[in-house]
Amino acid sequence: MAGLFVVGLALFLVARKVLVPVGFGELGHFRTGAIADNRAPKLVHAGRAACAECHSDEPDRLKSGAHRGVGCEACHGALGAHAAAETDVKPARPDTGTLCLGCHRQSVSKPAGFPQVDPKEHGDGSGSCGGCHDPHAPAEEPKAPPAEEAKKP
Amino acid sequence: MTVDRRQLLAGLGKLLVLTPAAAAAWEYLEAGRPEEAPSYRLADHWWAMVIDVEACIGCGSCVRACKTENGVPLEPYYFRTWVERYHVPNGVSEHPEVDSPNGGYDGFPERYRPGDGAKSFFVPKLCNHCAHSPCTQVCPVGATFDSPDGVVLVDKSYCLGCRYCVQACPYGCRYIDPRTNTVDKCSLCYHRITKGLTTACCETCPTDARRLGDLKDPKDPIHEFLRAHKVQVLKPQMATGSKTWYAGLDGSVR
Ligand code: HEC
Ligand code: HEC
Ligand code: HEC
Ligand code: HEC
Repeated sequence: MAGLFVVGLALFLVARKVLVPVGFGELGHFRTGAIADNRAPKLVHAGRAACAECHSDEPDRLKSGAHRGVGCEACHGALGAHAAAETDVKPARPDTGTLCLGCHRQSVSKPAGFPQVDPKEHGDGSGSCGGCHDPHAPAEEPKAPPAEEAKKP
Repeated sequence: MTVDRRQLLAGLGKLLVLTPAAAAAWEYLEAGRPEEAPSYRLADHWWAMVIDVEACIGCGSCVRACKTENGVPLEPYYFRTWVERYHVPNGVSEHPEVDSPNGGYDGFPERYRPGDGAKSFFVPKLCNHCAHSPCTQVCPVGATFDSPDGVVLVDKSYCLGCRYCVQACPYGCRYIDPRTNTVDKCSLCYHRITKGLTTACCETCPTDARRLGDLKDPKDPIHEFLRAHKVQVLKPQMATGSKTWYAGLDGSVR
């Protein structure tokens, strides 16, 4: 009877040694190495502070305008690869026709105080916004439209 | 060592603006080598998130940024964060209409008309990083856990894919990654926040509707936000100890 118990205990200890991973239980009910694993992935978004290391015009213009709270990568997309190897990865220029309305298209669900436009009424009908607004300083006296006077929204 | 005026001012500026740990990490960020930032002390942090519902414009920047940053499958139904649109007829309703086309990844095509007598708003959702998380309690092997700095993480190399945690999460924040058959969820961009950066969703949120905060850092603006706003967590009756606080949350939000 006692023998059976000893064999059972030995089996349990061996199984436990094999099954419980290294570093388990040091900081809590988990494998300590999992913390490092979760830190390991590479950065995909560089963050706006990184962009300002090399670019100065756009961050400066952005800072004083209505888009001061908007991060570079909200419009330009993830550019960690460009920030790490600036000449190998050349960012595309965002198309203002789709980009701007992604945030500014009129909607009853948006906070009432957020500036919104109805593309059918606002702009020059070309669908693009860059002709009148500088994306980095959009409210700074929108440029006069190429041909006729700006239609007020 | 000689220090010129510019260096001195830059150094002083960093001292004022950055906490010592962040300042040290900053050197590496500046050098473009954030992965070499010095060791991060688990005991010095306690991460949380605040969401300002009244600031969310439903642009979907957070959803897109999250998927790219974390390699989340692009097909619908796999999300670490997503945005819901609520439409509450007559302003008060037990049965709000809720939709989230592709999680808000492509924004929200307009469905509602002004003047229909309803109220409508957007609610960003993500893992609530609960202090008493039901999901970690049910894991049979300890492959999902509360990290000592307050983040609910997954140990992918150890997860069995049994799906208990997916069922246990009251907020629906977990999914099974079809490529690995292991569970995946918001890690609060653990690879970024432990290097002194903010999460991808906060980085790209244009209106500061979502903000990461470190509750153990007395200088973190999250404390001021929590003082200045009346906040609520989702499903408080579940007593999950959620650390994702919502300001301006409507009672219809589930
Ligand atoms: C290490 C320095 C460096 C960093 C960091 C950097 N850039 Fe650049 N960027 C450059 C250089 C140099 C070019 C010009 C590349 C060329 O023309 O081949 C460039 C080009 C660009 C362009 C294209 C300009 C054009 O003429 O079309 C954009 C947009 C851009 N960067 C945005 C960003 C953003 C956003 C970030 C932050 C995520 C960033 N960059 C970070 C150095 C940098
Ligand atoms: C509101 C959206 C938005 C934000 C925020 C934004 N950009 Fe841009 N950026 C654009 C668009 C749109 C263009 C393309 C302009 C064009 O084609 O003429 C552009 C062009 C550029 C260019 C190309 C050079 C030029 O001026 O034409 C660079 C470099 C650049 N951005 C860097 C940045 C950096 C750095 C930041 C952050 C400090 C930033 N951008 C923030 C929308 C944005
Ligand atoms: C990622 C979201 C986002 C994108 C994309 C974006 N904007 Fe904005 N825009 C904002 C925010 C946020 C504000 C500030 C709103 C506020 O002050 O309440 C703003 C403000 C503005 C304003 C000032 C409105 C005012 O009354 O002060 C204009 C004009 C504007 N944007 C035009 C544009 C144009 C043109 C583009 C495309 C190049 C664009 N925006 C792209 C988020 C965005
Ligand atoms: C023909 C020139 C022109 C074009 C094209 C144009 N805008 Fe404007 N926009 C203006 C002018 C002028 C104003 C300022 C009018 C005002 O404040 O009443 C303005 C104001 C705005 C505002 C602020 C509105 C508010 O309520 O404060 C936003 C947002 C805006 N534009 C977005 C856009 C977007 C998005 C596009 C592209 C679809 C666009 N604009 C294209 C001329 C233009």
